[in-house]
Amino acid sequence: MTTRSFGSGIRRREDPRLITGKAPYTDDIKLPGMVHAAILRSPHAHANIKSIDTSGAASQPGVLAVYTGADLDGVIAGMPCAWLLPGSDLKTPEHPAIAKDRVRYVGDAVAVVVAGTRYEAEDALEHIDVEYETLGVVINPKDAAQAGAPQLHDDVENNIAFTWAVAGGDTDAAFASADVTVSDTITLPRLIANPMEPRSAIASYLAAMNELTLWSTTQNPHICRFLTSVVTGVPEHKIRVIAPEVGGGFGSKIPYYPDEAITAFCAMQLGVPVKWTETRSENYLATTQGRDHVEEVEMAATSDGTITGLRTTVYAGMGAYLSTAAPGVPTILHGLMYSGAYNIANISGTIHGVFNNGTPVDAYRGAGRPEATTLIERLVDLTAAALDMDPAELRRKNLIPKFENGHDVATGIIYDSGDYELTLDACLNNADYAGLRASQAAARAEGRLVGIGMATWVEICGLGPSQVAGAVGFQGGLWESAIVRFHPTGKVNVMVGSSPHGQGEETTFAQIVSEELGVPVEDVEIIHGDTDNTPMGWGTYGSRTTVVSGGAIAFASRKIKEKSKELAAHLLEAAVEDIEYEDGTFFVRGSADQAKTIQDIALMANVAWNMPEGMEPGLEASAFYDPPNFTYPFGTHLAVVEVDPETGRIDLQNYWAVDDCGVQINPMIVEGQVHGGVVQGVGPALWEGVVYDDNGQPLTGTMQDYALPRADLLPDINVGSTTTPSPHHPLGLKGVGEAGTIAATPTVYNAVMDALRPLGVNRVDMPLTPEKVWRAINDAKNGG
Amino acid sequence: MSVPVEVTINGRAYSGEVEPRQLLVHFIRENAGLTGTKVGCDTSQCGTCTVQLDGAIAKSCTVLTVQASGSSVTTIEGLSNGVDLHPLQEAFWNKHGLQCGFCTPGMIMASAELLKNNPSPSREEIRHALEGNICRCTGYQNIVSAVEEAAGAMGGS
Ligand code: FES
Ligand code: FES
Repeated sequence: MTTRSFGSGIRRREDPRLITGKAPYTDDIKLPGMVHAAILRSPHAHANIKSIDTSGAASQPGVLAVYTGADLDGVIAGMPCAWLLPGSDLKTPEHPAIAKDRVRYVGDAVAVVVAGTRYEAEDALEHIDVEYETLGVVINPKDAAQAGAPQLHDDVENNIAFTWAVAGGDTDAAFASADVTVSDTITLPRLIANPMEPRSAIASYLAAMNELTLWSTTQNPHICRFLTSVVTGVPEHKIRVIAPEVGGGFGSKIPYYPDEAITAFCAMQLGVPVKWTETRSENYLATTQGRDHVEEVEMAATSDGTITGLRTTVYAGMGAYLSTAAPGVPTILHGLMYSGAYNIANISGTIHGVFNNGTPVDAYRGAGRPEATTLIERLVDLTAAALDMDPAELRRKNLIPKFENGHDVATGIIYDSGDYELTLDACLNNADYAGLRASQAAARAEGRLVGIGMATWVEICGLGPSQVAGAVGFQGGLWESAIVRFHPTGKVNVMVGSSPHGQGEETTFAQIVSEELGVPVEDVEIIHGDTDNTPMGWGTYGSRTTVVSGGAIAFASRKIKEKSKELAAHLLEAAVEDIEYEDGTFFVRGSADQAKTIQDIALMANVAWNMPEGMEPGLEASAFYDPPNFTYPFGTHLAVVEVDPETGRIDLQNYWAVDDCGVQINPMIVEGQVHGGVVQGVGPALWEGVVYDDNGQPLTGTMQDYALPRADLLPDINVGSTTTPSPHHPLGLKGVGEAGTIAATPTVYNAVMDALRPLGVNRVDMPLTPEKVWRAINDAKNGG
Repeated sequence: MSVPVEVTINGRAYSGEVEPRQLLVHFIRENAGLTGTKVGCDTSQCGTCTVQLDGAIAKSCTVLTVQASGSSVTTIEGLSNGVDLHPLQEAFWNKHGLQCGFCTPGMIMASAELLKNNPSPSREEIRHALEGNICRCTGYQNIVSAVEEAAGAMGGS
């Protein structure tokens, strides 16, 4: 009987505890004697703190302590930036967990109250008196980089945190000799990640042992332990970080936050467990955001439609401070992807990371790649329009031809494998592209605004080789490790260092072990999220967990298979060379009845009554997998929209996705990732974006004002796939977590612009709200 | 000042002294210790706190505990015994209607209300019925499929 499920969409093993409401998330945990912290946040986007009087709060009912920046000074180190981009003149101004003398965004922490209940702690915040002297504010990242703009940090001229460049070929020559050039200024709005679970932390400190336990809504418990050690001074081996059930993250739970350090500080001062949980409105102020790009971009092409050059100047808002991974996002994860799915021989980009008076910006699903894909795909459409070519045909002409093992692009990276035309054809075919264009022409003849948009994209995933991480300034490794352990009964635990939080790896990892060793999926339990019982790992982000941890699990399983073979040979009194393996059974070649199952082997290895000379007891292996290259998933997406000329309202009518994420372990989970990713990518095209007023006050401060995608606004997404294995990965995996988000923003944006093209409208800033679209239509009608 | 309350949750009476301003969701989570009901926002937008209150659906962050005193509440923990699943729980599992699971209890409770009023909803109707519940993970599509499947299993079509 086969136990195999690899490649099939089996139901998720983690679901029963979730659908019954039994899974504990951080805020569900109650420790004996636990008290509650609430954080006072700056109401000003930029101000000096003249004085703070906490005495009124300290005498409120239930209040145990009130701390300010002065109390943390010298005890809790500044928040570390962990991506020190080389060659970029990077400035990393101090980022105190609680502001000392100056606040730089609405939401900057000013004080913390600890009280018996959360209600008491929040009440007491109102009794802290802070005197502010407000300062000038700047929000737009390009404005912030100009001389004369308000300065956020005294030693950072023109607010420029870093300037990073990418170049390949001779871009100036390409533009000089081009038959056609197109240009645009693209604004990628500032986005709120919005995991449905707000962030939360519980800290418990045992002074006698100098032991700190931190429950945290983190995507990467081992990095959290590492940085907690750096910030609190508690040695790393005395810190335990537990990420219980985590309710989504989308990048916003990667960074190390002031709030975690503050909670730990309070617990260490008071000797009782302290919990802090943000409200959603607090999440909108204090949890890192995404994108915030102003991109000035140009493309050069010859008259036959060959793209010859791409040039960009990008202003990437960093917010008020550099968050943990912030400098790497608009550079390594963005500029290096400027070739997209195309052969573009000449590329140059300059990226300025700019401080502005907003919430810090860091990785958000796709992290840098949606920003790159959007500008490339928009320019491709503009080029097609300038040449009067069909956008699908212009893409086809420039796509990198199929390659199986490495392709160099002008930015200096090497894509692993690709067959871009395959996904283009599949997507055009699934959507009946010719038919769509015909009905679009008919609709246009009736004066209706129907648009078709597409994106043919490639992303950099499966982060990544640690040596490259070091070379580009990432202050950590990017390998993963796994321990596969067989118990005497043949059941298996797998301990991994990564920390999935919705992506379903408790299922897909079990499918890998099942495939490698022939045990039923139900017999494999995955353990993750607790630094005390898992090996080191660098976390779940960058579409890397299935790929990198999956590689480690495959290699650990293969070690077990080798040992099992030797033990089977010994027990069956045969030579190792004569032992064959099939589907969980080791047998002597030619005599299938002379066999030991993996469960027999697990028992014999664990009791160790009869081991070969020199073989250690037990059936367990650990492996470390450091990938030799990144992976490069790709695909083609296509959308159809209709714009109502009277209201500017956009109806997203149809969406087709064809993704190639290499080999799929569980197609049902892959499809779920595509659905969710696409919808998150549609968000900023149509609805999502943080708006600040001129004083830096967020006008999108609650879920009421920040327009998230809702069920009734979306069509069903038609999902297809192709399979181009990664040549360097032991299972051929590439990763899929971010794919949809990377593709959908330009796809939908291009569709709307295509709808508006007959009116002569070719630029509206995202998100394409009815008001903006309506204005653009009217301006165009009035000859604007 | 505290006031005495008694709320029946999943058939069991919970009594206590609470502040008049306490939200029902906090009573459910803190006083009764039933943490399947989640708090995802502070402006009644997200629906993660959805429960049944005296047989009708309610966002438990919009109700004060004192208002619910004497009432009967059903939460996700009361929908099934946790072993024999409710058809909606089964369908969310079958159709991959959840990823991180944080919105799921509220989604399932809201879906139960829909199926009570409309045993065989169209996909369009399901999407409309769930517009008050936000899911950031699934893009909703598999949730809609799950509700469709549950409707079939419960005798609708
Ligand atoms: S917690 Fe969001 S609606 Fe109740
Ligand atoms: S499953 Fe994560 S929010 Fe819905």
